[in-house]
Amino acid sequence: MKPKTLFEKVWEQHEVAPETADTPAVLYIDLHLIHEVTTPQAFAELRSRGLSVRRPDRTLATLDHSTPTDPAEVFGRVPIKVESAGRQVKEMEKNCREFGVELFGLGSEQRGIVHVIGPELGATQPGKTIVCGDSHTATHGAFGALAFGIGTTEVGQVLATQCLLQRRPKTLAIEVSGRLRDAVTAKDLILAIIGKIGVSGGTGQVIEYRGSAIEALSMDERMTVCNMSIEAGARAGMIAPDETTFAYLKGRRFAPQGDAWARAVERWRNLRTDSGARYDRVVEIDASKLEPMITYGTNPGMVVPITATVPDRPSDAIHAKSLAYMGLHGGEPLLGKPVQVVFVGSCTNARLSDLEQAARVMRGRKVASGVRMLVVPGSQQVKREAEASGLAQVFTDAGAEWRESGCSMCIGMNGDTVAKGEYAVSTSNRNFEGRQGAGARTLLASPLTAAAAAVSGRISDPREFLRS
Amino acid sequence: MQPISTLTSRTVVLPFTNIDTDQIIPARFLTTTTKEGLGRQAFADWRYDASGASKPDFALNRPEAAGCAILVAGRNFGCGSSREHAPWALLDYGFRAVVSTEIADIFRSNSLKNGLLPIVVDEQTHAWLLEHPGVSLQIDLQASTLTLPDGTAVRFPVEAFARYCLLNGVDELGYLLQQGDAITRYEQTQS
Ligand code: SF4
Repeated sequence: MKPKTLFEKVWEQHEVAPETADTPAVLYIDLHLIHEVTTPQAFAELRSRGLSVRRPDRTLATLDHSTPTDPAEVFGRVPIKVESAGRQVKEMEKNCREFGVELFGLGSEQRGIVHVIGPELGATQPGKTIVCGDSHTATHGAFGALAFGIGTTEVGQVLATQCLLQRRPKTLAIEVSGRLRDAVTAKDLILAIIGKIGVSGGTGQVIEYRGSAIEALSMDERMTVCNMSIEAGARAGMIAPDETTFAYLKGRRFAPQGDAWARAVERWRNLRTDSGARYDRVVEIDASKLEPMITYGTNPGMVVPITATVPDRPSDAIHAKSLAYMGLHGGEPLLGKPVQVVFVGSCTNARLSDLEQAARVMRGRKVASGVRMLVVPGSQQVKREAEASGLAQVFTDAGAEWRESGCSMCIGMNGDTVAKGEYAVSTSNRNFEGRQGAGARTLLASPLTAAAAAVSGRISDPREFLRS
Repeated sequence: MQPISTLTSRTVVLPFTNIDTDQIIPARFLTTTTKEGLGRQAFADWRYDASGASKPDFALNRPEAAGCAILVAGRNFGCGSSREHAPWALLDYGFRAVVSTEIADIFRSNSLKNGLLPIVVDEQTHAWLLEHPGVSLQIDLQASTLTLPDGTAVRFPVEAFARYCLLNGVDELGYLLQQGDAITRYEQTQS
């Protein structure tokens, strides 16, 4: 039999009809994640055609994007401040009720950012096809699933038919050798990868991350890596499932139980790229050479090691436009630059281990004066666990704000924003102009680097804070 | 979806690379529950100042941009979010086609489903278009060509099924619903 890549195995198992010259493949979707922002128009379409949701049992719904993180708003003690967001939340509740979809809504113990709760509940599993009206759906690829973001029209198609029309993408292997050094995190790795291949380097491709450095990562770290595949333009990012994956999933609510578990693991063990299988392209990276990374521009590919200076490209007008927005100059060092906001959160870096990383730096220290720090757990479960273990206390003692879960400042459409001209070191995934608020200047980095900025009030090398 | 087969219009040029979906339509406008009316907010942070007044220098605000249905943009247009609000906003504004050397995957797929043509051309044609804002172009979807003012016809790729849907105003959901039996058979083999 012809050797196959992990991607090919998952793709071929889900072809209801293979592609032809005239028609794309009909691809079956095992799990559909939905949230309040990209579904209202899809449900409206179903209603206008008199259609129902084909598989409510394969649909998982939550509230995260436009939902506030201020407890008073979440628990209805005060009305949701962004009025249109409040309407969107109501609409989602109504749609889920009318179409028979279970909603992990306001007040639910399981609510959280869609890409955090899928894995947490064990709904994300190896070999599944997973889609969501959100580009960071690639996160779920960390389990060896084929997971990608779709638009609202496609959300409607999946709700109605549990299928999508897709052309087969190309494959890109990113081979990461060596081991990450201490204080160099999965976030630094993925930023370095995007810096290397560029923000459109993965367009039309599905990435498979592999090699010793990837195998050594925890599930939380693998999710951070796969999450940002879209920032390199890729449709999806995948990592072959292994013992780390199975240990994470065992016993979770939607994971197979009893005999079914053993059968599932046996099946999952085959989800590895066969030796001799070919990728369309291969890129190699040595993890042991990497340093903590930080972005300086207005896309995630504009990234350098934290000790470097802002690149100088005098003849590049687009680079100049980006630096003007950021208020930075070519040749100046990033270290020491004052910051006003620090955001630890998002589907990239708001799981328990991310908060533990930030706490490594924060413990016994205070948020510098003049800095606002927001720590927003990725899910209510992460929030409960952090409160039970004393982690939350580390942040509140330091003077940071501790919130209910949600997308918060990652997207700035729920009331949490960075003001015009302010510098924010954020653990999120996008530093686009205005992403965190009109005129906001975002520097993407790891939770360690974000915490170091919070306690020093400046862009700082996190290694300085771990040595002492 | 309205069928589309040919389009003749002058161009507006935004020469920047990596124009992301947060520029096309900033997230704060995504709390809407309908598709209509987003055109006013297309490129909002580039088009309006803090007080909401139009910035006269921005390409879309110049008098010659009025009525242009073709947007020529730098490489990797539409990167970022999967929000379909991006093509909705561009269509509602009045664009029917976007021309670049590279168009991001999800944006391209969303555009095709709404009748906004994502057109990828070679570097040379692109460079010429960037340097000549306001020229009149003809787009013929059946022939998959973009005709420059001097009569040169440049071919662009379109996936066969997407072209069929666009030409006939057919939507994919109808096609998928016809596959119902095959989907049921697939589900039975899986359980
Ligand atoms: S945390 Fe940010 S990137 Fe992740 S789903 Fe929410 S808005 Fe999107």
